[in-house]
Amino acid sequence: METILRSYGPLLLRAMGQTLLLALYGLFFACIIGLIVGLMSVVKSKVSRAIAAVFVNLIRGVPMIVLAYMIYFGVPYLWNNVLHKSGLTFTALQAGSICLALNCGAYMAEIIRAGIESVDVGQMEAGRSLGLPWWRTMQRVILPQAIRTMIPSIINQFIITLKDTSILSVIGFPELVNTAKNVVSKTFMSFQTWAIVGVMYLIVILLLQFAAKELERRLKR
Amino acid sequence: MKKLLSLVLALALALCAVSALAEDYVIATDTAFRPFEFADENGNMIGIDMDILAAVAEDQGFTYELRVLGWDASIAACQAGQADGMIAGASITDARKASGWIFSDGYYNAAQCMAVAAGSDIAGFADLKGKNVAVKIGTMSADYAESLSGEYGFTVVTMESSPDIYQAVIGGQAAACFDDAPIMADYIKSNGVPLKLVDGTANEGADYGFAVFSAEKQELVDKFNAGLANIKANGTYDAILAKYLGE
Repeated sequence: METILRSYGPLLLRAMGQTLLLALYGLFFACIIGLIVGLMSVVKSKVSRAIAAVFVNLIRGVPMIVLAYMIYFGVPYLWNNVLHKSGLTFTALQAGSICLALNCGAYMAEIIRAGIESVDVGQMEAGRSLGLPWWRTMQRVILPQAIRTMIPSIINQFIITLKDTSILSVIGFPELVNTAKNVVSKTFMSFQTWAIVGVMYLIVILLLQFAAKELERRLKR
Repeated sequence: MKKLLSLVLALALALCAVSALAEDYVIATDTAFRPFEFADENGNMIGIDMDILAAVAEDQGFTYELRVLGWDASIAACQAGQADGMIAGASITDARKASGWIFSDGYYNAAQCMAVAAGSDIAGFADLKGKNVAVKIGTMSADYAESLSGEYGFTVVTMESSPDIYQAVIGGQAAACFDDAPIMADYIKSNGVPLKLVDGTANEGADYGFAVFSAEKQELVDKFNAGLANIKANGTYDAILAKYLGE
């Protein structure tokens, strides 16, 4: 355990940094995608709702590892080698962020849709009958109430996404699991290395949970 | 409730049945390391390693269950005792011996070298500055690339299989890859993978060996060595090499 910490501690910490960076990019774009698609699935337009449903079902129906291979290897291959246009490549960070954003975005959209639908329809009707436009009512009346019920699910999704970054070890992104595999291949101390890596994830996720509880407490007041 | 309970029991039993061992040994191997191990059209694993293992087992009169786990998962499985030994084109090196590998006698000599996309103008290590170089996790090629990365200023990207790193080079995600020369030569020749080996980039190479990770498994190594000597003497070994290398 000590040998690993002494020789590979800094390397593993840097890898944790990469994991967090990847999760941060992924979550940021996932929130944007989730909000847009979530709203698209509650508006009146049937077309908009259909597009949102197709997106959510498509992404939810495909394992993230398939999505990762598809974006990192598949899409540039299609573009450069099949369509013979040139110059499209993703770095592992870009491909990984896109992958996380799409995957987490689809789940966020569902959380946001469910959150909005959990607010009594009477609220929207009340807002509208006071002469407020649909968007205004959504923004001022519905969303503030919906967000409170969404928060625990959103935090849950953040944690899942943070852990899902480990799947992107397969496209060679030097996040924690990819780096740990290299450490194991050099030291052959699998138990010690994976124990350290497990604890590192656990610490970060506990911190995230603590921050989330604090946020929830403040919003409840 | 009773029905549910019996269903749970039945499932648990089925699982146990699957894991119960019918063979003498469990041998782990890589998923794709042509021409040493790869799947044929029907999904059966074939290749030099597979044929040598089969011939040795027949000669020594043991049976085995092959598990196609991938390179680094094979190592992990052997260390954890989930598999007894591995045959996956593993180079015999002092560093590996020092960290717990126990090797058989060598059965094939291979060097590691660099390959780039067929149309690339990279002619040597000096052209790699600031670029990505793809290698397979925990291989001799990975160590070789890492030993050069500081001097030539490139970044080493690690992936799980040989086809993954070739894809990365073909797709432009990496400028070059390092792998065993005979493997890359065979993928280029047999699969038409658009790569080319770069002259003057090979290291001195090493022998491939069958490996175990615990002194208790020495008996398996002894059997492998005895079998290997026999199949070399009776011509089976040469026939296997000729079958895959066409020489």
